[in-house]
Amino acid sequence: MRTQAFWNDPRIRAWFFQILAVLVVGGFIAIIVTNTVDNLNALNVASGFGFLQHTAGFGISQTLIEYSESSSYGRAFLVALLNTLLVAGIGIFFATVVGFLVGIARLSPNWLVARLATVYIETFRNIPLLLQILFWYTAVLSNLPAPRNSLEIGSLLMNNRGLYLPAPVGEPGFGFVVAAFFIALLGIVFLRHWSQRRRIATGRGLPIMWPSLGLLFGLPLITFWLAGAPLHFEVPELRGFNFVGGLRAIPELLALVLALSIYTAAFIAEIVRSGIQAVSWGQSEAAQALGLRRTQILRLVVIPQALRVIIPPLTSQYLNLTKNSSLAAALAYPELASVFAGTVLNQTGQAIEVLTITMAVYLGLSLLTSAAMNFYNSRIALVER
Amino acid sequence: MSFVRDTYLVETPPPGMNVGVLGWLRGNLFSSASNTLLTLFGMYVLWTVVPPLIEWALLDAVWQGSGREACLVEGAGACWAFVAAKFGQFIYGTYTFEERWRVDLAFLAGALTVGLLMIERMPGRRYIAVFGLLIYPVIAYILLTGGMFGLPEVETTLWGGLLLTFVVASVGIVVSFPLGIVLALGRRSQMPVMRVLSVIYIEAWRGVPLITVLFMASVMLPLFLPAGTNFDKLLRVLIGVALFSSAYMAEVVRGGLQAIPRGQYEAASALGLGFWQANLLIIMPQALRLVIPGIVNTFIGLFKDTTLVMIVGLFDFLGSIQVNFSDANWATPQTAATGYAFAALVYWIICYSMSRYSMRLEARLNEGTRRA
Amino acid sequence: MNEDSMAIEITGLNKWYGAFHALKEIDLTVRRGDRIVICGPSGSGKSTLIRCINRLEEHQQGRIVVNGIELNNDLKRIDEVRAEVGMVFQSFNLFPHLTILENCTLAPIWVRKLPKAQAHEMAMSYLARVQIADQADKFPGQLSGGQQQRVAIARALCMNPEIMLFDEPTSSLDPEMIKEVLDVMITLAGEGMTMLCVTHEMGFARTVADRVIFMDEGQIVEENAPEEFFNNPQHPRTQEFLSQILSH
Repeated sequence: MRTQAFWNDPRIRAWFFQILAVLVVGGFIAIIVTNTVDNLNALNVASGFGFLQHTAGFGISQTLIEYSESSSYGRAFLVALLNTLLVAGIGIFFATVVGFLVGIARLSPNWLVARLATVYIETFRNIPLLLQILFWYTAVLSNLPAPRNSLEIGSLLMNNRGLYLPAPVGEPGFGFVVAAFFIALLGIVFLRHWSQRRRIATGRGLPIMWPSLGLLFGLPLITFWLAGAPLHFEVPELRGFNFVGGLRAIPELLALVLALSIYTAAFIAEIVRSGIQAVSWGQSEAAQALGLRRTQILRLVVIPQALRVIIPPLTSQYLNLTKNSSLAAALAYPELASVFAGTVLNQTGQAIEVLTITMAVYLGLSLLTSAAMNFYNSRIALVER
Repeated sequence: MSFVRDTYLVETPPPGMNVGVLGWLRGNLFSSASNTLLTLFGMYVLWTVVPPLIEWALLDAVWQGSGREACLVEGAGACWAFVAAKFGQFIYGTYTFEERWRVDLAFLAGALTVGLLMIERMPGRRYIAVFGLLIYPVIAYILLTGGMFGLPEVETTLWGGLLLTFVVASVGIVVSFPLGIVLALGRRSQMPVMRVLSVIYIEAWRGVPLITVLFMASVMLPLFLPAGTNFDKLLRVLIGVALFSSAYMAEVVRGGLQAIPRGQYEAASALGLGFWQANLLIIMPQALRLVIPGIVNTFIGLFKDTTLVMIVGLFDFLGSIQVNFSDANWATPQTAATGYAFAALVYWIICYSMSRYSMRLEARLNEGTRRA
Repeated sequence: MNEDSMAIEITGLNKWYGAFHALKEIDLTVRRGDRIVICGPSGSGKSTLIRCINRLEEHQQGRIVVNGIELNNDLKRIDEVRAEVGMVFQSFNLFPHLTILENCTLAPIWVRKLPKAQAHEMAMSYLARVQIADQADKFPGQLSGGQQQRVAIARALCMNPEIMLFDEPTSSLDPEMIKEVLDVMITLAGEGMTMLCVTHEMGFARTVADRVIFMDEGQIVEENAPEEFFNNPQHPRTQEFLSQILSH
């Protein structure tokens, strides 16, 4: 004998609502799909991913791998993806360095330095990123001189076509130098391991810093000299109106990296500041009372705790930077959003496929980073009751 | 060893070099060799940045003029005359000149609503909020679009400038707010289907850049609807922005919900309240108070993100400034820099004020929760 | 280390926070083996005083000599003093990212340069003395307040200090945990440790202290053996303070 009507049973109601939700969402999707298919047919737009093998027919100003106008759309996608990763990678590097410096400066006991850091943070956080990108590109880089009157700083050349560097070209035998570099890295790892074991056993470790630096620079250099200096630099040469040869960073890349780094660094600075402040002052005091020196306190007590607080939001910012690189579409820097979701989309008209691929790539990067973050968090979380 | 004091000692001032202006300077700027170096470095930075900036923006700037000749003067700084001449367009876009009063009215009404909401002890705050979320949008829509009540229609293609920026940001926030609440509740729901659907929605929108969403909105939305539906470009962008923003709003609301102690939920069910009643009457009011700083921060982010609509062909504040750089009448080397500087200033003032307000709110909220 | 020297000698100590005169003309002598309790109303400067002894606070006038080493801005001397002086804080300040054992071995390994095995052994013996050896592999977040404070005492003891400073060690504890910490401190005193203790626990003062010092407004107002101090307070301010603190 039921004590209540079955439609009041919470479990039945739960299933009812869930089934309803699935039907509604499913129905919604069905309607959209039907309409889309009809519309695409009416517009004579092709479907499917076959277009990836068709010839692209357009050039790209910066390619990290082989590409020409007769390459396929698929190849263009790859080039664009690599360009995205390039600008994101460089941007993340500079943003982190500047961000940590400004964040630590913000906490400096020197009043002037702390205020300057605050001004930096408050200025660049509150101005839209697109505006900053356009500013660096238009107001600064376009005002650079023509190639004939390039600015020279050492072996760097700056003009309105970009930043030119001599390109290192390895000759036979350079492989040994590279190998020496990696052997040096291995050596450093061994040195640290050995030092730690010695400290555990006897209380005193080995000096690490100078031998490591010596190994890192010395070993490759000696190998280089012994191999007869198998390296020459291809210097960019002025031919006609432009430079040929060497490495070139196009102005769009420079503007993008500059703006992304400066903007994201402002957010990273705040994260670093609050991370360090999250470690209570009592921790430093207890460590001081035990007789630990300043560097030891930072390394053993403050930074491990600060990093736990800093790293999750820091990864968030890295992700934001990667997504923000899509603003390159405003500059025609050839990355994923501007080349693939831009030119390729316009030429093939296959918006659905192109946008799906593009969004899937960004989504994939996001999920990957989130997963890595969650994994890291579960490993290092402070153990509590 | 015993001791008893007979008279208390009076306070004496500290040794000279430690107080006053000199003491402050000594302590904060010159306390050690490295500190002094830092101070010198800081002063160098100031020296290289501030005087040239003041020269360019104020001393050498051109304040009046009607064309490029005014700003082509030798050694001219910022071309504020350009800003002055184009000011109307920067604010209203190409909105019909005679109807601009409608924009002013809509903005004033909105500002008033928000202003009243910001007053701490305002009576009837809830009613003002309801007005702001439900009634004011309708009024604003009528005022801005027209086509009824005797107001001539102004097509959305004419909207631009700061007007457009505020429209996109405000609509984005107002629409994403209820959506975000539903999604946040869905994500915390016990029903697996709701949870999965919510999580997929939230993570999908949060994982992609806004640009791709805008592309998707302008290119794909017309395909989703039956052929022949005329789809206003602004509307497409608004839909994209609202959906995108709702995912972030959902996370903000979720943070607020998580901050409500379990005891509140338990007390609500002990009183016999069902799911919707408990949430509406007990949980939500508390959670929403907590997330107001988060909502303001989301609005600040959205406000900055409105600049992206320029890439899909709408002329917001930044877009209308940028498009005027190619006006031949004002082509000078300083035009672009001046325009960007003006844009940066306006955005900075608005965003900075909002972020100060949000910080004050947060501090006030934390006051209430901190134990004495 | 000079067996005959005073453990701590403070003469004419004055300290200012900005313009605020926090410590006024403090004179204090602590012999080896002395157990001293410092009490007083909040804001009287008691914590500031003992924090000056291991240079967690700087003084502007006067002399502080710890174990024959005078405290000034010389970093090396400060490190020497800190190695001989252990401190227990009101808020425990255990390192949350390290286990109990690691908390205790950190300083011996990095400051005294002990081999890990030796530090390990010594730490376990001190943890056993404060009756918490079974928790050695747990993290501070998993322990109760009383347990954490006992670990903090063991951690300080692992550096084999000559002098122990206690800054209101039981003020953050729930009442039922105060006893376990006080018991450890009483045992420590019984073993001859030189101790300066800022506390409100008057029972402890009566049991253990050689001298009780009353501070008010940054200066020492009265100082006496515990019997005299509690039964026959001389200064009116002391009498007022004692009546407030002993009545509840």
